[in-house]
Amino acid sequence: MCTLCGCGESHDHKHDLGHDHDHGEGHVHFGDGAAGVSVAGMSQSRLIRLEADILDKNRSYADRNRALLAGKGVLALNLVSSPGSGKTMLLVETLKQLAGRIPAAVIEGDQQTSNDADRIRETGAPALQINTGKGCHLDAHMVGHALEKLSLERQSILFIENVGNLVCPAGFDLGEACKVVILSVTEGEDKPLKYPDIFARADLMILTKTDLLPHVDFSVAAAVANARRINRKIQVLQLSARTGEGMDGWLAWLDAARTMSAGGPQEIAAE
Amino acid sequence: MHEMSLCESILDILKDQAARDSFTRVKRVSVDIGPLSCVEPEALRFGFDVVMKGSLAEGAALEISRPPAEALCLSCFRTVPVEERFDTCPECGSEALQVVGGEELKIRELEVV
Repeated sequence: MCTLCGCGESHDHKHDLGHDHDHGEGHVHFGDGAAGVSVAGMSQSRLIRLEADILDKNRSYADRNRALLAGKGVLALNLVSSPGSGKTMLLVETLKQLAGRIPAAVIEGDQQTSNDADRIRETGAPALQINTGKGCHLDAHMVGHALEKLSLERQSILFIENVGNLVCPAGFDLGEACKVVILSVTEGEDKPLKYPDIFARADLMILTKTDLLPHVDFSVAAAVANARRINRKIQVLQLSARTGEGMDGWLAWLDAARTMSAGGPQEIAAE
Repeated sequence: MHEMSLCESILDILKDQAARDSFTRVKRVSVDIGPLSCVEPEALRFGFDVVMKGSLAEGAALEISRPPAEALCLSCFRTVPVEERFDTCPECGSEALQVVGGEELKIRELEVV
């Protein structure tokens, strides 16, 4: 049993996910929980007033993750998007550019397969795959276990690539510094209006695959206006991970955010 | 379907509460689900029945209240009702609204035996 939170997750936990394989290091499975059983009693009914926030438990795990990350001066970003927006491609290119300059690690969330973590590891960065099973989002409990297994360098950047889904990840704080929402120009520019919750909770929107702009009917101005209708403060970057155009702006944003979370430039210089 | 995992969180809370208040069965769970909480009430209802099966809350009624979504208008400083995050202020037409109510996601009351 887990000593951190008392859950049943451990290295030798049982799989109910319809697969059977040795997943070794860098892999955590979830989604096999079942409802508990208790015995019915017979007595008079009574009312209990609660005012209990349903997400409280997630929040307490998130707070714990945030404290752990802050203790190491790690900048943690929760990357959210639809499937196929180019999150992993952007991460791979970002890690190549950070290599040798800023230490970085990745937590990959997908329902199944370790394909994305494998792609990340090819860049030399440590990566841990969380398989959520039937789950449609990462939660703070899963990320807490991933943090136990991932050795994070001080003042590094941790990218948490959430399950590709613009709906469910919105409600779950993972302990990140901020959410970054990624929207590719091959999607609809009205996505911020269709999926407002996730755009409302993000600090940064990255428009990806901008090299395809000449070939698609996507208005950058309309996408930005839609995002700002939902979230007036959202910052916007445009880039193409394939051509490298706009990557400088993203790397500069990362530098600035990391400096803030590491406690200022003096702290980084002192390391 | 993150409503399913929210139902598992509800069940966790019920079990904790059962130990604290010594009850063995839950007959009704009343929840406040704000219209801007990114939860679909029907999906929650579906998930609730499935997740509670075999637990202390099997067959319990789920009563969902919808507190109103409200926003503070940063232009005219009135608290106004809204339906969506991108609504404009019904009083002055400003787009500068800050949501102050409607994101609730909580268990308000339990009926237990």
